[in-house]
Formats: sequence, C-alpha cells, structure tokens
Amino acid sequence: MTKIDRKGLTRRALLGRAIAAGALTVSGAGFIAAPDAAWALEVSVITPEQMATLLQMARDIYPHDQVGDRFYAVAVKGYDAEGAKEMVAAGISELNAAAQAIGHPDYLSIGWEEDRVKVLEAVEATAFFQTVRAGLVTGLYNQKNIWPIFGYQGESYSQGGYIDRGFDDIDWL
Amino acid sequence: MVTKFELNDDSVVVIIGTGAGGGVLANELAQKGVKVVALEAGGRYLPEDFVNDEWESFGQLAWTDARTTSGSWRVAKDFAGLPAWIVKAVGGTTTHWAGASIRFQEHEWKALSTYGNVDGANLLDWPIDATEMAPWYEKAETKLGVTRTGDRAGLPGNNNFKVFERGAKALGYNEVHTGRMAINSREYDDRMACQQTGFCFQGCKWGAKWSAAYTDIPRGEATGNLEVRERSHVARILHNEAGKVKGVEYFDKDGNLHLQKARIVCVAGNSFESPRLLLNSASSMFPNGLANSSGMVGKNYMRHTTGSVYAIFDKPVRMWRGTTMAGIVQDEARHDPSRGFVGGFELETLSLGLPFMAAFLNPGGWGRGFTTALDHYENMAGMWIVGEDMPQLNNGVTLSDVKDQYGLPVANVNFDDHPNDVAMRNYAYKRGIEMYEAVGATRAFPTPPYPSTHNLGTNRMSEKPEDGVVNKWGQSHDISNLFVSDGSQFTTGAAENPTLTIVALAIRQADFIAREMSANNI
Ligand SMILES: Cc1cc2nc3c(=O)[nH]c(=O)nc-3n(C[C@H](O)[C@H](O)[C@H](O)COP(=O)(O)OP(=O)(O)OC[C@H]3O[C@@H](n4cnc5c(N)ncnc54)[C@H](O)[C@@H]3O)c2cc1C
Ligand code: SF4
Repeated sequence: MTKIDRKGLTRRALLGRAIAAGALTVSGAGFIAAPDAAWALEVSVITPEQMATLLQMARDIYPHDQVGDRFYAVAVKGYDAEGAKEMVAAGISELNAAAQAIGHPDYLSIGWEEDRVKVLEAVEATAFFQTVRAGLVTGLYNQKNIWPIFGYQGESYSQGGYIDRGFDDIDWL
Repeated sequence: MVTKFELNDDSVVVIIGTGAGGGVLANELAQKGVKVVALEAGGRYLPEDFVNDEWESFGQLAWTDARTTSGSWRVAKDFAGLPAWIVKAVGGTTTHWAGASIRFQEHEWKALSTYGNVDGANLLDWPIDATEMAPWYEKAETKLGVTRTGDRAGLPGNNNFKVFERGAKALGYNEVHTGRMAINSREYDDRMACQQTGFCFQGCKWGAKWSAAYTDIPRGEATGNLEVRERSHVARILHNEAGKVKGVEYFDKDGNLHLQKARIVCVAGNSFESPRLLLNSASSMFPNGLANSSGMVGKNYMRHTTGSVYAIFDKPVRMWRGTTMAGIVQDEARHDPSRGFVGGFELETLSLGLPFMAAFLNPGGWGRGFTTALDHYENMAGMWIVGEDMPQLNNGVTLSDVKDQYGLPVANVNFDDHPNDVAMRNYAYKRGIEMYEAVGATRAFPTPPYPSTHNLGTNRMSEKPEDGVVNKWGQSHDISNLFVSDGSQFTTGAAENPTLTIVALAIRQADFIAREMSANNI
C-alpha cells in the first residue's frame, strides 16, 4: 500500500476502489490481483489503478455476471503499452471528471453498476470509450475459453461436424 | 504442369476476378477451347486451409483493402471502412457464401413494368426474361448441385430450421422448406455430402458446399486452356486508338506492374471493384471511365433489403449446429403492394457464432440490454431477410480521395435506403418476430443490416445504351470486346439471393463469347 499512498491516495479511498472494482485488489507492486489470488495481472507501463479502472469499465460495458474477471483482464491487458499510455491516462481522467461531475470521487469508487453506467453514457461519444468498447468486441468475445460459458461449441470439423452430434436434437418443440 | 500464357499473347480472354461470375466464366470458356488468363487479387485457399473460426477465417479470406463509405445507411457509421463482407481469394465470395440458390420469379425480370414508376427509384426492365433464362438456370443448378432441383433431395433440417419452420407454419405460411441449396444432401459431382459442421460462411472444409475455388477453377485449369494468376491485382484496363480494349495492367504479389495483352476483357471483381476499375481506367478518349457513355458506371447500387431477427427461447436451440442457411419461407416473395411496398422478400434461417453475434447483433451496442441477449446465446434462433431493394441513381460507387496500397483511388460506397426498402424491412421484421413469438420466444431482436454480402447493379444491363452499361449478354454497349461478368450487371435485384443468377448469366455469356469469337465478331 505504501506505493499507492505516495501517489496521494488514502488507504480508505483505495479500499473503496478495490471493493467497487468487483473485489479486485490494487496491490502496490505493479499488479492487480483477484482477492483469492486466482489470477493476477502485472502492469509495467500504466498504473495498477488505471488497469483496475479499465477492467471495471470493461465489465460495465459488457457485463456478464457468469464471466470471471480474468477474461476481462485478458481483453484489456493490451492497454499496458507505451503506445496506449497517453490515451489511457487522458481517457481515464475524462472518465473520472465525468464521475466527479455527478458527485462521485471517481469512477472506481462508485458502488452501483447503474451509477457507473451513467458516467459511461456521459463519455460514450469519446474516442477513448469507443476504442475500449470496440476492442472488447473481439478482445472479450473472441477468447476461445469463454465460449463454453455461453454454450458455444466453436470448431467442429475435427469432430466430424454435427451430423451425428445433435444438429437436429431439439426436443421441446 | 499448369499452362502459362505469354504477357504479349493478345489472343487470350482476360478475366478479372474469379468468383461466382469470373470463376465460372473462366471454366466454361476453357471447356470450349478458349484460352483464358484469369487475374485474381487474392490468394488460393482450399478446404484443407479453411478454418472453423469466424475471425480467423475473416482474416484469411475477406477483402480488407481500403474502401470508404458515405450516406445515411447505418453501415457507414458502424463499419465505415467495411461496406461489404466479401472475399479476396481464388473462387471469390463463393468460398464464404451460404449456398442459397433460388431463381428469380418471372415478374422480377420486369420490375419497371410490374411495379410501375416508383418515386426516387431508377427501375428498369431487364432485357431478358424467365423463358430466356430457364435453360441457363437449369445448367447452373446442375453445376452447383442445387438441392430440390433435378432429382436432388433437400437437406435435413437443423435445430434452427425446426424452430423457424414451426413458427412459419403457425403463421400460416406454406412455402417453407430447407431451401434450394448448393450444398450436397448426398454425394454429388465428386464432392461429399454435408456433415452439418456449421461453418458454411468460413469455407466448407468438406467441400460439400459448391465453391468455384475447388470445382470450376481446377477443372478449367485441367483443360490446359486456363491460367489463373493469383495475387494479381488489376489496376487499369487499356484500349487502343480504335476504342477497343487491348489488355490490362496489374500488380503481382511483389508489387511489380505487368501488362497482359488480351483479345477480350471480362470484368468480374464484384460490384465495388468492377465499376472502380472502369472508372480508374479513364483516358483521354473515355474521360468518364470505360463503358460509361451512359454515366451509369457505379450507379444504381443495390444490396438487398436485409436485416435479421434473432429470438431467445426458454430452452436451448443451438442454432450454430448444422447448415448456416438451409431454411426458407417464400410466401412473402410475391409482389403484393397491399403490404405497403413493391417487390417481395424471402426469410431464410441464419446463424452466427458467438464472436460474430457479438459484433453484429447490435453494432455499437453495450450494457445489459446487449449482454443479456448474448447470455442466452444457446437459446437463440435466427433468420435473415432478403428483399428486393430499389435501384437509385445516387447509391453507388465513386472514386474516393483515399488511395490503396498501389496508389489507386479506392471505391467510395454511398447508400441511402429508399422508403420502399424501409417499409419492406419493417414489415419483414414484424413478420419474423411474430414467427418466433408463435413458438414461444421470450425476447426478439430486429438486427440491422450487416456490411453488404449481396452487391449488385453498378454496371447494369439495359436494352438501350443510354440506360445502362451492358447489353443482354453482359457486353458493354460502348466497347464490343469489354464484358461485365459479375453481379454488377444486375438491372434489378429481385428478392432472391443472387449467385445462382450470376452463375447462369456467366454460363450463358461464355456461350455467347465463344460464338462471337469463332464468328470473328470480336
Ligand atoms: C457471408 C456470405 C454469405 C453469402 N451467402 C449467399 C447465399 O447463400 N446465396 C447467394 O446467392 N449468395 C450469397 N452470398 C453472395 C455471393 O457470395 C456473391 O453474390 C457472389 O459471390 C458474387 O459473385 P461475383 O462474381 O460478383 O463476385 P465475387 O464472388 O466476390 O468475386 C470477385 C473476385 O474478384 C476479385 N477482384 C476484385 N477486384 C479485382 C482486381 N482489381 N483485380 C483482380 N481481382 C479482383 C476479388 O478478389 C474476388 O475474388 C453470400 C456472401 C457472403 C459474404
Ligand atoms: S454445414 Fe455442411 S455445407 Fe456448411 S460447412 Fe458444414 S459441411 Fe459444409
């Protein structure tokens, strides 16, 4: 926590953020981690808070309660790059400014999704929002590992198609 | 050994593009002993190369060279650089296509006479009709192995079809079946039967679906009369002082420019690239582009009135299993102005995998309204609307300020819906939703049109030279040895998926070209 404190954040605000961010821990050591340590995402260019904000944004743009954070983390980890750094910093300040405009300290500290969505709606037209949203369409939904969560079976040629595997097995009509 | 023709061999027919039009024409001419050089911008991919993965396949096959868009259509906003979802590969878009193969209805060849003048539309009758086309359709159906034609059985219905059929029957529709599909229900023409893999849009790995890539093209090559040069992008068509075309300039895969001489040039690059090429070939003799004395090159672009309806049920459907589009309702294809629009539409089953569903369900959409739909992907069924849209003068292709990798102006595609298109789409959405509600859908989604898959009309066929670009043989009115051989010659679009008609026209055109060559008329 000391590192974060140096950036002028109170311990309380930080805890608030961690809770709002779907129980993510913004750790001081340059990474964010799931509280149960199931996964962690290291950041080297942008700050852990910025990554936590991006991750929360991703969840709020395409919320699927049955899809774990780690999939969203994979979808946004590409923003931890020199080329994206400025856009991320500027975009997140805009986002936080929009949160402040409706009386919240910042985006991450907003407890209810519907309140965060109001902030997102306020920045919906910005290039930052549109870049993050468009990136998620492939970054999230094209991860083969999430397909089973939605029931989608993906590739089928190697299994001989569905001719003997239920192409016409509907039984409730 | 694959045949090679010399660059300065001016006895060859040069075909630009090897899709439904160009690929078939190339083989048909080669079978008749005509020497053909087919230039194809894309690479060669065969069933073993195709991938059962939507985005990876898109990356492999789709045309992603620059294009620009304008107009009020939603595609210009959501997919500004991707007005069409078509292919750049040997075999063209017949690698991607779903295989729905239906004939025009008789009255659709005579749209202007049947519908009368429609405000703002630039309707015209085709210079050919159903009787003229019947034998060519039959040849096309035999070539493609279309189910429910000849003695070919229909495909079995998959889950998506069963839901669709139940809804259609509940609404009282009668013409409901698993479609006339260029997909083998049994082994046919050395290709195996459909294995219900469900990736028809990604290239059929079994070869059960017809594609020029592994039928017409290799068969044409086997005659020794056809050379297909892949990764060869045609930049310009050249003409002589007499105003006849004499060859084409193209860039090879390394970016080197070559000149291939020709006796005849046939343009078959699909409805954006074909007019673009004619416009980019402007010269001092033809300052408005080749074959453009009518000013109609690039005009009257049609894309079918489309849209989709997806619906969620309280139980699983698993629509992705099996053929992508083997299901049709034809009752609405008739012309019946009492519905509030001229022309008709087909309803066809359609399924997208999860990745494409996320991209196309409601482009730009986000939040729970969007994600709760995807949450029930397993319980979703889907259909597609294909209806006749109105040709309009201002819809079409012009040269953009943007240049491609070769420094050539790219196609700008401008499109506004005609009020008739909007009325038809809204009516079709309503009927589609009712179909699913009749089966107990808990939620339905009228989904906006995707980037265009059917691209038509930008070099249209006309009786009179002042009304269009080509005559009833696809031969340009202005230049007798310049032909258009793809969907851009469509005078009007009809309600049917276009490829069977493109193929029938190509077979017929090959017959004409071979005849005219031996009579020394061209
Ligand atoms: C996903 C999808 C599903 C479809 N399903 C159906 C269906 O079920 N039924 C149906 O009837 N239709 C369907 N279609 C439409 C069908 O594929 C097209 O109508 C048909 O392939 C068009 O034929 P074409 O000859 O005009 O062009 P294409 O088949 O697109 O061929 C054009 C070729 O020309 C090449 N080319 C372009 N410019 C140049 C140049 N300058 N130099 C060299 N080569 C060039 C391109 O690379 C391409 O290979 C579908 C399309 C898509 C995308
Ligand atoms: S469903 Fe049939 S036609 Fe479609 S890709 Fe699979 S095997 Fe081929």
